[in-house]
Amino acid sequence: MILLKLFWEFFKTGLFAVGGGMATLPFLSDMSDKFGWFTQAQLIDMIAVSESTPGPIGVNMATYIGFETAGVLGCVIATLGLITPSVIVILIIAQFLKAFGDNRYVNAAFYGLRPASMGLIASAGVGVLSVVFLNTDLFTQTGNIRDLFQIGGIVLAALIFVLTNYVKPTKKLHPIAFIAFAAIVGIVFKL
Amino acid sequence: MKTLWQLFWSFARIGVCTFGGGYAMLPFIQAEIVEKKGWATNEEITDYYAIGQCTPGVIAVNVGTFVGQKTAGILGGIAATLGVVFPSVVIIAIIAAFISNFAEMEIVTHAFAGIRACVCVFIFNAVRKLWKSAVKDVWCFVIFLAVFLCATIFDVSPVIFVLLAALAGIILKNWGAKKA
Repeated sequence: MILLKLFWEFFKTGLFAVGGGMATLPFLSDMSDKFGWFTQAQLIDMIAVSESTPGPIGVNMATYIGFETAGVLGCVIATLGLITPSVIVILIIAQFLKAFGDNRYVNAAFYGLRPASMGLIASAGVGVLSVVFLNTDLFTQTGNIRDLFQIGGIVLAALIFVLTNYVKPTKKLHPIAFIAFAAIVGIVFKL
Repeated sequence: MKTLWQLFWSFARIGVCTFGGGYAMLPFIQAEIVEKKGWATNEEITDYYAIGQCTPGVIAVNVGTFVGQKTAGILGGIAATLGVVFPSVVIIAIIAAFISNFAEMEIVTHAFAGIRACVCVFIFNAVRKLWKSAVKDVWCFVIFLAVFLCATIFDVSPVIFVLLAALAGIILKNWGAKKA
């Protein structure tokens, strides 16, 4: 019974949370109030774990909540609930695009959509960038301009930028090699 | 059947590598799906992200479903989607069961400070790669700049930008066509 409820609640979350993993938060917070499957404090822990493990954040949240609520079966059911509506919607849109892909208006819409999509991606990049490069908390405490910049993060990012774009032997490496390298540098130099 | 397995494993690999949400997945999609397998073009991936912004659900899942269904129909879409979520389910279940203070562990926070630096370079590289296929003229650049600035400064739902940009595209293209 609880599994059915889990599926249904996450199905609704998946259906109405538009625009990525963090958009699921208000729904999860609501779920906590309504069913008491987990507390708001637990929810904050879950966000931290979801952001520090691989995989889409929304899926990680669903898995975590499902597990806390009903064990291994719970995490599978909650995740399936979350992804079912989006799979159905995308399959319908994909069929539509197949039928109308050559339509003049559809093409014109994509002409405008592509740069907008790039703008959103770049904006998300800037969000990460400000966390990596700046330490506003320390800066507001000390007022020292040198405390505002996180030199370690800036140097590491610059190094990876050069290695992925300008150094021939490392340019073609799989991105995961750089993720591993960055994680090790972070641990060794205590970034 | 073989294609379905390939889709599942390719997307499972992408899922393992993705730290920090759908955008962080972009460089891995480019490496695995566009460059290695040739299942989609850079242009198509940009379209999928745009649609993923304004459809329900997690963006990573939306992009997976799109690529999968394009490669091997409805079953392909389902296989790719299950692939994206498979590693998360396993990893999170293990962490939830055994490690209670994972996110506060010192080694994890340091590793993630490093990974974040890497992810932001990756996103920048991905934008550079997609640039040519997405920003074709001055109007495209104007749309890019407007969305980038508004999305960075204001806390508004991306749905609005996507809808306005599509509308702008239709108006610009048809106005241009009449003029020519």
